[in-house]
Amino acid sequence: MKSALSIIISREYLERVKRKSFIISTLLVPVLMIALMFAPAAIMLLDTPESKTIAVIDDSGVVAKRLQSNDQISFTDYKQPLDSARTDADIEAILVIGPKVIDNPNANISLYFRGAPSLSTDGYISGQLTQAIEDIRLEAYNIDNIREILEEVQVDLSYPTIRLDREEEQNTSSVLSYVIALMLDMMLYMFILIYGTMVMNSIIEEKNNRVLEIVVSSVKPSSLMLGKIVGIGLVAITQIFIWGVIIAVCSSWALPMLATMPEAAQDAEMMGAIGQLSDVGYVSSLMFYMILFFIGGYLFYSAIYAALGSAVDNVQDASQLSTIATMPVIIGIVTSMSAVQNPGSTMAFWVSLIPFTSPMAMMARLPFGVPAWEIILSLTFLYASFMLLIWLCAKIYRVGIFMYGKKPSFAEIIRWARYK
Amino acid sequence: MDNILTAEHITKDFTKHRALDDVSIAVPRGKVYGLLGPNGAGKTTLIRIINHIIAPDKGQVIFDGHPLTAADVVNIGYLPEERGLYKKMKVGDQAIFFARLKGLSRRDAEAQLRSWFERLDISEWWDKKVEELSKGMAQKVQFIVTVLHRPKLLIFDEPFSGFDPINAGILKREILKLRDEGATVIFSTHNMGSVEELCDEITLINRSHNILSGSVRDLREQFSDNRYAIAYVGSPDALRAAVEPVCTSFVPGAIDTDGNATVTVSLRAAEALKPFIAAANDAVTINSFRRMLPSMDDIFVSAVEASNTSAL
Repeated sequence: MKSALSIIISREYLERVKRKSFIISTLLVPVLMIALMFAPAAIMLLDTPESKTIAVIDDSGVVAKRLQSNDQISFTDYKQPLDSARTDADIEAILVIGPKVIDNPNANISLYFRGAPSLSTDGYISGQLTQAIEDIRLEAYNIDNIREILEEVQVDLSYPTIRLDREEEQNTSSVLSYVIALMLDMMLYMFILIYGTMVMNSIIEEKNNRVLEIVVSSVKPSSLMLGKIVGIGLVAITQIFIWGVIIAVCSSWALPMLATMPEAAQDAEMMGAIGQLSDVGYVSSLMFYMILFFIGGYLFYSAIYAALGSAVDNVQDASQLSTIATMPVIIGIVTSMSAVQNPGSTMAFWVSLIPFTSPMAMMARLPFGVPAWEIILSLTFLYASFMLLIWLCAKIYRVGIFMYGKKPSFAEIIRWARYK
Repeated sequence: MDNILTAEHITKDFTKHRALDDVSIAVPRGKVYGLLGPNGAGKTTLIRIINHIIAPDKGQVIFDGHPLTAADVVNIGYLPEERGLYKKMKVGDQAIFFARLKGLSRRDAEAQLRSWFERLDISEWWDKKVEELSKGMAQKVQFIVTVLHRPKLLIFDEPFSGFDPINAGILKREILKLRDEGATVIFSTHNMGSVEELCDEITLINRSHNILSGSVRDLREQFSDNRYAIAYVGSPDALRAAVEPVCTSFVPGAIDTDGNATVTVSLRAAEALKPFIAAANDAVTINSFRRMLPSMDDIFVSAVEASNTSAL
């Protein structure tokens, strides 16, 4: 005889995977994600912005000729007064420069814009102005070769950071670690939000369907809870695996297109990061712990969702309560970000021990290296509290269904806990 | 007597009311036991306690000679009043799922289910989703799921609601068959007609109390009130005058299809029967004479009303 748990897991898994909604969402999400990735690029390629004409009324007579136009913004020296420029519909903006602009730029420059200026236009204009005024001021010092001197003193830093507490010599790229942690935290958040809610709704559905009276008369509620959580977890893994495959296939086809796009940043930081990623031993041990925390985080939070589902009667009540469950996740993400800033701090230590925040915090700290005992302790807490939660919500489930609003007294809870 | 289940002094409180107050029942093995009572009397609460779904506040349940534990649930088949099946799941898969939860292997479950489906003439539903079935159809499926693992004790909460007379008949036949094969059946209903047909013993619960227990035959005897129906030819006044001294009531009825006058009488005592017949025989020509046992309906109503008046 197979155990009730595995029967429940397999039902929960197969029923969900066979549903049309699962198949559709599994196929559609990657398509949408790829569309989202490519849409901005496609729009940028298609959309050739028209050039804007900026009329410059320059009373100083020195700035206007130094302003350089580009293919989007063209400066034209405007000799007529401001009022006539105002009525000219071809002019997008009017830049009025006063006579004392070099000494007191802020009081001598005003920019009139038709409508709201775009951030890039505004930035470009102020950049050009700054450049022009700085150049004029520099020239006023009358130093020979001032430009060459300035270029010589400029420093562009890019150096490796090497950890002292590690035997092997290894570069750690803090930016990469930060990005990995942030990505995993976000993924975990999504995972908890999507599949945790699924656990909760599944329990509420069963309560409404009255299936539970039959199920409870056949199996222990804790097996039911555990079966649901694990079954839906497996659904999640299946779905994410399929998404991964689809995205990988699509992007291998689409990558050449991406490569032609600008800003293929290739600075030293990135190179170091790639070098670190190719260190197989480091990455695999990191991934191992991260997956343990990821799974633990999912189990812990879906147990909370399960408890919420057990305690309420309908989806409306539940969606309000589920905010309670998502709050600690968000707190976890926020604190884990500060833990990234300072991975060795006391706060980082504590948030990575408390099960509510430890999956997120550990995810953020792991790339920076965490002592083994701390990892083990944190994992133990996480999984132990998961088991405790399952036990607790099995009780809530059983009492919650049939209590008809009666508040259980303390003695009653004890009696329930002992009722075999 | 050999009881498969006894509930001893069960008390259960909910928020605003006491659902069960010191209720005891004893269910004899191999019988059909009726759990009767008006709506809200506490029947379903008692069933849930017997089923180990909720715990009693006081009292205990003895199953098969030992206090009830979670492990006994395998030996109990429960058909709840509010039927519950997964709506999106196919009927066959669902039945196999529940059967496996009760400990059957997949192969056994499937083989037995197929034969049950054939017997109840619902084989073509195997691949349908539950949401496509009507209420009665879903109920048949659930009935099969309940009895499939051959539990020692079967509990049916209002099993006939939602059934047409033909299907209700099929279900009754199956319930009696299960009893003859050795199962004990507890069944809760307010349909008194089915109680007379099916039940060997009953308990009547009203307002959280057990107000009446016993075998159906004894109870009908006990509530019979020495009532007799007579069809006769002759003067009603002459008959009334002749039997008045031994009767507590004399209710003339309609002329029957054979042209006889009819009357229903209650005797003062069982011993008054012979004098009554002699007197009536002298007064009129008796064409039929028959003892009237009360229906379970009558018993139900009079017992509940009596208990309500005494409670007031």
